[in-house]
Amino acid sequence: MTTETPSRYGFADLPGLMGLMTGDEKHGPAATSTLDALWVLHDRVLRVSPATADAQDRDRFLLSKGHGPMAYYAVLAAKGFLAAEVLPSFGSYDSPLGHHPDRLLVPGVEIASGSLGHGLPLAVGTALGLRAQGLTDPAVWVLIGDAEFDEGSNHEALAFAGAAGLDRLHAVVIDNSSATHGWSGGIARRFEVEGWSTETVDGRDHEALYRAFTAPHPGRPHAVVARVEPKNS
Amino acid sequence: METMRERFAATAGELLDSDPRLAVVLADIGVDGFAGAAARHPDRVVNVGIREQLMIGVAGGLALTGLRPVVHTFAAFLVERPWEQVKLDLVHQGVGAVLVSAGGSYDWPAGGRTHMSPGDVALLDTLPGWTVHVPGHPDEAETLLRHAAADGDGLVYLRLSAHRNEHPVDVRPGRFTVVREGRRGVVLAVGPMLDAVLAATETLDVTVLYAATVRPFDAEGLRAATGERADVVLVEPYLAGTSVLAAHEALADRPHRVLALGVPKAEHRQYGSIPEHLAAYGLDGSGLHTRIAGFLR
Repeated sequence: MTTETPSRYGFADLPGLMGLMTGDEKHGPAATSTLDALWVLHDRVLRVSPATADAQDRDRFLLSKGHGPMAYYAVLAAKGFLAAEVLPSFGSYDSPLGHHPDRLLVPGVEIASGSLGHGLPLAVGTALGLRAQGLTDPAVWVLIGDAEFDEGSNHEALAFAGAAGLDRLHAVVIDNSSATHGWSGGIARRFEVEGWSTETVDGRDHEALYRAFTAPHPGRPHAVVARVEPKNS
Repeated sequence: METMRERFAATAGELLDSDPRLAVVLADIGVDGFAGAAARHPDRVVNVGIREQLMIGVAGGLALTGLRPVVHTFAAFLVERPWEQVKLDLVHQGVGAVLVSAGGSYDWPAGGRTHMSPGDVALLDTLPGWTVHVPGHPDEAETLLRHAAADGDGLVYLRLSAHRNEHPVDVRPGRFTVVREGRRGVVLAVGPMLDAVLAATETLDVTVLYAATVRPFDAEGLRAATGERADVVLVEPYLAGTSVLAAHEALADRPHRVLALGVPKAEHRQYGSIPEHLAAYGLDGSGLHTRIAGFLR
């Protein structure tokens, strides 16, 4: 399923790739909300490719928000981790592509996700594990949603990561205003008070995303809140 | 008298020195026992604070990078509270860990229900792939911990208890041990229940098997011990009936009877001591004698 040939796809091809997947339309908004952030990360930031998907010193990207993974699969296909021909099988019995991703079925998928609130704690453990092995260069990225941020497990993880100064840990929060009670003062504030470096940007602006993703944050974990149009707009 | 937990901390600290793959994850409970190890290996002894969901998530993340996490707190907080993390962050990710609990079913009766976890082994039975060790003595706990640490990337639960037997059994991980032989049935004593079972069956003509590993269940060992008469009594220090299915499966091709003794499901709103609770559950020597003798008559 993997290919080592250079990708022939660009950002403009992603809608077409996503269009190959049907059957999970209810998660359409969840899928498209992540599209730009996923693309900028995989296209310009993450140091991982199909050829290095198992390398111990690769960057890790953990998709915690496993709902609506169409954008994720489309980006993985565009980057050569899986063949575009597989996309139409989305959700079928023998497909590697479920409505929530499974790390044991798709190359490049670092965690199996779907249930909310697991990615950030797993990312903390991953950052600790790399540091304990002297691998201080690889970056660990985790993507969560603003409603997923409601889960208490995320708050356990972000408080610990700030206190522990896990500076190779990065969180991307896709904020499409879908949290039932919202977060007064903005989500970034919660990260700030626990010692994280934070940026809040337009989640559709690729240059702004890139600058926020690559901003220096010595000694501190880094959170980028990517604001996109409200879920039900 | 040395406890299993003390031996665990000393042995795990030693293993950290010799095995660079090992890491210990704690949630404020048991931290003192790892003070020396934490000073020697600050990156491989992680105390996340009172955050049990994070504790299991961190273990999953450590394992994803290739380390072997050893995770320790009370059973209620290790297995029950972060249950979905056990299911998803370990099993579903396809990674392993060694979960080491203390407290068990009745170790701190004065602490009440919040610190009792008689359902832990039954819960793990709902997931695939777990090896479950229930030692009855600190020596056995050490043997089983060393085995678990070296057990590849397996999923291992090591259930430590303040309740213990006077003497260790020379256990082989995964195998039941024949402690006494008889003709009128088999009594399987799990972990700390052995001394009471031996006392209860002193005047009975029964085989006593000892299990310090209950999953996988040593079906072959049980079959070999039952011979012609497949009357089996299970005596477990956690929820009564936890191993009934495993015993039935082991004996599926022959007529058999099983009596399952253990901690009852009912809430015991009583405090007091371990012996008082064992007596209330019918798990002391005389309570066991009455029920075993009645069943094997």
